[in-house]
Amino acid sequence: MSNMQERRGQVIQGVTGDWEVVVGLEVHAQVASNAKLFSGAPTTFGAGPNENVSLVDAAMPGMLPVINQFCVEQAIRTGLGINAKINLKSVFDRKNYFYPDLPAGYQISQYKDPIVGEGVVTVDLADGQSVDIGIERLHLEQDAGKSTHEGDHSLVDLNRAGVALMEIVSKPDIRSSEEAAAYLQKLRAILRYLGTCDGNMEEGSLRADVNVSVRKSGDPFGTRCEIKNVNSIRFVAAAIDYEARRQVDLIEDGGEVDQETRLFDPNTGKTRTMRSKEDAHDYRYFPDPDLLPLEFDQSVVDEIARNLPELPDQKKARFIEELGLSAYDAGVLVSEKETADFFEEAAAGRDPKIVANWTTGELFAALNKSGQSLSDCNVSAKQLGALIDLIADDTISGRIAKDVFEIMFEKGGNPAEIVEERGLKQVTDTSEIEAIVDQVIANNPDKAAEVKTKPKAIGWFVGQVMQASGGKANPKAVNEILKRKLES
Amino acid sequence: MSVDIQTVRRIAKLARIQVSENDADLESMTTELNAILNWVEQLEEVDTSNVSPMKSAVETSLFQRADKVTDGGYPEKIVKNAPRAQDNMFVVPRVVE
Repeated sequence: MSNMQERRGQVIQGVTGDWEVVVGLEVHAQVASNAKLFSGAPTTFGAGPNENVSLVDAAMPGMLPVINQFCVEQAIRTGLGINAKINLKSVFDRKNYFYPDLPAGYQISQYKDPIVGEGVVTVDLADGQSVDIGIERLHLEQDAGKSTHEGDHSLVDLNRAGVALMEIVSKPDIRSSEEAAAYLQKLRAILRYLGTCDGNMEEGSLRADVNVSVRKSGDPFGTRCEIKNVNSIRFVAAAIDYEARRQVDLIEDGGEVDQETRLFDPNTGKTRTMRSKEDAHDYRYFPDPDLLPLEFDQSVVDEIARNLPELPDQKKARFIEELGLSAYDAGVLVSEKETADFFEEAAAGRDPKIVANWTTGELFAALNKSGQSLSDCNVSAKQLGALIDLIADDTISGRIAKDVFEIMFEKGGNPAEIVEERGLKQVTDTSEIEAIVDQVIANNPDKAAEVKTKPKAIGWFVGQVMQASGGKANPKAVNEILKRKLES
Repeated sequence: MSVDIQTVRRIAKLARIQVSENDADLESMTTELNAILNWVEQLEEVDTSNVSPMKSAVETSLFQRADKVTDGGYPEKIVKNAPRAQDNMFVVPRVVE
């Protein structure tokens, strides 16, 4: 927490002075498993109603849970990825509450003895600062089913019921909506690097409960509200901004913040009360008598640790140290596993800085403009690499390369073929360039004379020659020839 | 340890157990529950500081299953006993979040 002192959190200005925002996140990450946590039913997204349900998930009498070993391993793997303590013994408890999407009347979760203890995630902020966000714990639990509402009744689909979730609880170390968004982004990247969760927020594989409170600087923590099930990084930030302001206004108007569960409405950008106080959480946890404690040897953890992939922080450090990238570029490239993989494939055997510039420059701009993602765009890493090779070996100029890139992005295709088909090869034949230069000088005698007194005017000629060549003349050759002809 | 009527009523509500509305009827239940609690409390007299908790009646460890799909695919069976079903989903009185 070395950066905590100098770090400036979000300030909410109130009539009585400045307020500080305190945020903690509970992230639910669906384990990328084939079968559920305690049953053999599938976890596939988009199946027909109750297709992915076993009698265990439907809590039929006499059904017993049997834990999925893969899910246990993924929890350990994730724990290692967030630098956390792995508990060799953990316990499953029943969390009791009644809701139609929870057929057993309890959720199997972990309460006092989670599988993973304290850890830390380092988050990079836009201003270049890094902040360490503490992790309180990670535990395994079952997801609930889904209800949809129609008129006076609700329809219950249990496909999600029993799917394995990792609940990752942060400490209340977050001090702004920006930090919260960056933390969630980073956590998602780590999960995707590890492959333990697909991170798909649209399908609900990753969602966050956001705890927000406000206080005057130096005061103890205020009463918090929990905003449930926020399903996008942008909404997390928006919910915090709204909620912090609401609490400050409430307190300054003489009110008190109720500890309650709220919902964020993306349409209005506001939060509203979800559950009344009467039903305040009283889950009466107790160890699940159907399940023995989960125990494994340190050797299991060591084996998983040996097989951990390179994670975003390590990759970033390597990009900076070994490839000579700037901290900013390295940070951008590692923020998504997909991007990092693309970059590494394109950069293999090439100048990494140039490849980084093309990736974060032309490619990202084109993706942003078209709204496409890297995986569904026309340009492959190999093709971008091949395009950069064509610049490196003087087949085309950097300027033409941008045109070729645009064609690749729009229509797909190999850069060498596009260059060939469209006759975009750079003219390096000096006699051909000389002919164009001579022509341009002959057409503009006044400007030619000007260059003798104003050497900078040569730039105009470079432009004219490049234009006359259709951008295909080698700019270096054009410069040399112009200098020779005009300055002598 | 003992419980009062309010606690009994609250626990009954949380557990969805129907109990009588009037205090007189709850009184006897409260007395019964306190008798049980007192009896359990007596067990605390036994010194168990050197005894590790018994996790199971059988000396065994948690069995772990492979991550294979072996179940599901019978939605009709799942909703077969439901008082009301529609499109293979359970139909329940409207719940509002």
